[in-house]
Amino acid sequence: MSVSATSGDPETSESPSVSGEGITELQDAVIRFAGNSQDGIQTIGGFLARLAGRSAREVMTYMTIPSTISGGPSIFQVHLGSGEVLSAGDESDFLFAFYQHSYDNHIDSLKDGGICIYDSDHVEELKEERGIIHVAVPMTSTAVEAIGGSARDRGKNIFALGLVTQLFSLNREKLTTLIEKQFGRKGEDVLRNAMLAFDAGYAYPIGDVIGLGFDLKEGSEKGADKITTDGNTAMTMGLLAGGVRFGAGYPITPWSTIMEQLRSELPKYGGIFVQAEDELAAVSMALGFAYSGHTSVTGSSGPGLSLKMEALSYATMAELPLVVINVQRGGPSTGLPTSVEQSDLMQGIYGSHGDSPRVVLAPKNVEDCFYIAVEACRIAREYSCPVIVLTDQALATRIEAFSEPDLPALVHEPVLDQDARSEDFKPYPLDGRTKHAPPGTSMEGGTYPVVTGLEHDEWGHPSGNPEMHAKMNAKRREKLKDLANSLSLPDVYGDEAGEVLIVGWGSTWGPIRESVNRMREGGRKVGTIHLRHLNPLPNGFESIFANYDHVVVVEMNDEGFYGLGQLATLLRARYCDSKIVSVCKTDGLTYKVREIIERVDAIVS
Amino acid sequence: MSAPAEPKKLTKKDLTADHPTWCPGCGDFAVLAAFFKVLEKLQFPHEKICTIAGIGCSSRFPYFVNGHGVHFIHGRALPLATGVSLSRPDLHVFAFGGDGDGYSIGGNHLDHAARKNVNLTYVVMDNFVYGLTKKQTSPTSPKGFKSKTDPTGAIDQPINPMKKLVYGGASFVARTHATQVKHMMQVFERAILHPGFSVVEVLSECVVFYPGIFDDGNPRKGGEFDIIEEKVGDGSPEDEDRHDVTDGNAAYELASLQYPGKFGVFYQDRRPTKNELEQEWIDATKEKVGDASTTDLLSARFASMK
Repeated sequence: MSVSATSGDPETSESPSVSGEGITELQDAVIRFAGNSQDGIQTIGGFLARLAGRSAREVMTYMTIPSTISGGPSIFQVHLGSGEVLSAGDESDFLFAFYQHSYDNHIDSLKDGGICIYDSDHVEELKEERGIIHVAVPMTSTAVEAIGGSARDRGKNIFALGLVTQLFSLNREKLTTLIEKQFGRKGEDVLRNAMLAFDAGYAYPIGDVIGLGFDLKEGSEKGADKITTDGNTAMTMGLLAGGVRFGAGYPITPWSTIMEQLRSELPKYGGIFVQAEDELAAVSMALGFAYSGHTSVTGSSGPGLSLKMEALSYATMAELPLVVINVQRGGPSTGLPTSVEQSDLMQGIYGSHGDSPRVVLAPKNVEDCFYIAVEACRIAREYSCPVIVLTDQALATRIEAFSEPDLPALVHEPVLDQDARSEDFKPYPLDGRTKHAPPGTSMEGGTYPVVTGLEHDEWGHPSGNPEMHAKMNAKRREKLKDLANSLSLPDVYGDEAGEVLIVGWGSTWGPIRESVNRMREGGRKVGTIHLRHLNPLPNGFESIFANYDHVVVVEMNDEGFYGLGQLATLLRARYCDSKIVSVCKTDGLTYKVREIIERVDAIVS
Repeated sequence: MSAPAEPKKLTKKDLTADHPTWCPGCGDFAVLAAFFKVLEKLQFPHEKICTIAGIGCSSRFPYFVNGHGVHFIHGRALPLATGVSLSRPDLHVFAFGGDGDGYSIGGNHLDHAARKNVNLTYVVMDNFVYGLTKKQTSPTSPKGFKSKTDPTGAIDQPINPMKKLVYGGASFVARTHATQVKHMMQVFERAILHPGFSVVEVLSECVVFYPGIFDDGNPRKGGEFDIIEEKVGDGSPEDEDRHDVTDGNAAYELASLQYPGKFGVFYQDRRPTKNELEQEWIDATKEKVGDASTTDLLSARFASMK
């Protein structure tokens, strides 16, 4: 047996110690799996996240995926906890390394004294340092042996899942049920192989070898079966709940999984999602659905949004309701297709030609993807305008657990408005909000409306009158100022006054909150607000800013020529407050908690 | 009790909106007149008529028809019309445009609306020139045409719209001439009644920037308006030589004839529309999920994530 346990001391590696003693109780564990994307690493992570949801545990995951079709290094990190889990974890407590390159690239992510379990069939050279405990497990050969030799290294991921289950005293029964659910669909052989690999991993005496065992405490919430899913799925569900029945899109990473799900789900609701020939057609079809009287969606990622901009400007001018999802990724251009960035905020707000006011929202975590989608649908209908939702690659793919939304209270049942319009109907009234008469509506006055992208008068007739253009610009602006007036300021988390206010938007919510927790534990007076409504902004931020010495806006975008990120630029422009400063970065990775604290400290001190 | 009121007949007067902004003598006036005549004949409910266009002289069409309408952006009339057609089977959807809008900036959409066989009627008023922007070369301008962007004569080969349409999979393809109103009306009517994607290419003269270009197809100007003789299926020897509109290769050959070529229906075939195919999927899915409410459907899906 090639099993060994070392703790930086070569001597102990010769004699694996067997400990009958105690199991260490863990509140919290960060486990990183590093391998290649075709190894099914996401599958292990998905199972663990799902299990956590079933055990009333908090969970957050983080993964990197290569942008190649198959192959390439990939990781999946799972942060499991019995308390609040706000980030995927800065460093891992446990590392599962499947290959030498996985080991070499990720051993530094393990904290001092952490445990590295490596596949000794592939990993040969170890770095003995920082008190790291190395555990060799011949994962490939043991899995192949268990399955029967014909499966090559296919079962390695499920074998590793068995190891994890045993090591952390996880609920084996719940996990095998999940495995049966997932693999049962793929046929008996597949399920049998998966179970053989899982059992072999579970039976592997790993606990004996390292003399350690862990028990991840289950949460206290009784019977709270949580939903565990990723942000794109939560967004899809929110769109369906919000009343979307029609939409169109074009494939692009990381947006595609939303369109794929809508394509398969919508027929159940009597709706259609069209895969269009390009981004221009996608937004145009979506506007065709909107014009027809439906709540409609299109979406994409940065490059695709650039292509949609002309039609979005039309939507502002013609006053058509449309929900537009932008799953942001690293830019400019094709950029970093599978990395995270928040660099499309200005594009979301100002990306079209002309003065084209529109709404921009951003969800703060996976759960919020659901709620923000419901809200986007409502705003689009109520204000008859495009609503852009800026989610991002990190939210799109990471898994979190959350409670089921109160569906009966939230679901919008769409009804096609075909009420006849009276003689005084105007599609573009200057003294009221536009509510179009969809085609099929009888016009009692006998005059039918044309929805148009030319500047127009109240009846939709083209008008080059300078005064009319100014009035119509005001109409399109003022209705969204009404929206701004209806929004409340975000709640302050942490200290309501003090040294620093951290301002965030989008997927940085968790790490920022955890940073604030840690800084306050250290006796600092720190608060944070997280913006979900980015355009228009709610009114009155100055009353919050006034309570702090520093206002630091943390974003995943470039600091630009003037040292300010995109949201910081907007806040400066609105509040003319030089106290507002930026923490920015563009390394394509989510913020680590430590990173935020260090960068904020550097500004404050 | 009074008898229910007779539904009012839809007349040209009801359908007339703003006076067209086209130049006097523009071929598009005749297209509009023929469209009104056909609608008078077909008597669709007024509120169910929907006209959609992009950008260009001819794309001003929706302003001149008193019906629900959309004046959209350049080149994208067909995708918008696709959205309307797919989600509103109760409507009669018409798209209008010119050669620049349809064959150049919107060329890709034409291929895809055709292959998907979206149920709508598309009328292209082809004048071989960009008129609204004042005489630039268009995708159908013949070689040698002197325009502001080709001052010494166009050098690029023009596209052949009929070939593009037949090859692209449009299920109804016809060609007519704006000076031949009766023929235009016959073709429009057949196009409108065809289930699927029907396209009519109309040679419609720009009297300002390309006067006289279509005279070769106008008998009153000494040209020949050569109408396709379609098979009648009477088994006669003459019928052998007539055109079979369901024969794609024969349609492609007709499209290859020297200008001014032939007029009439090049191709017509009944194949399932995207509208029908999507509805089939919806029906099959609905059968499986029964009459589950939105909340039921969402709850069931959430349950699978627990």
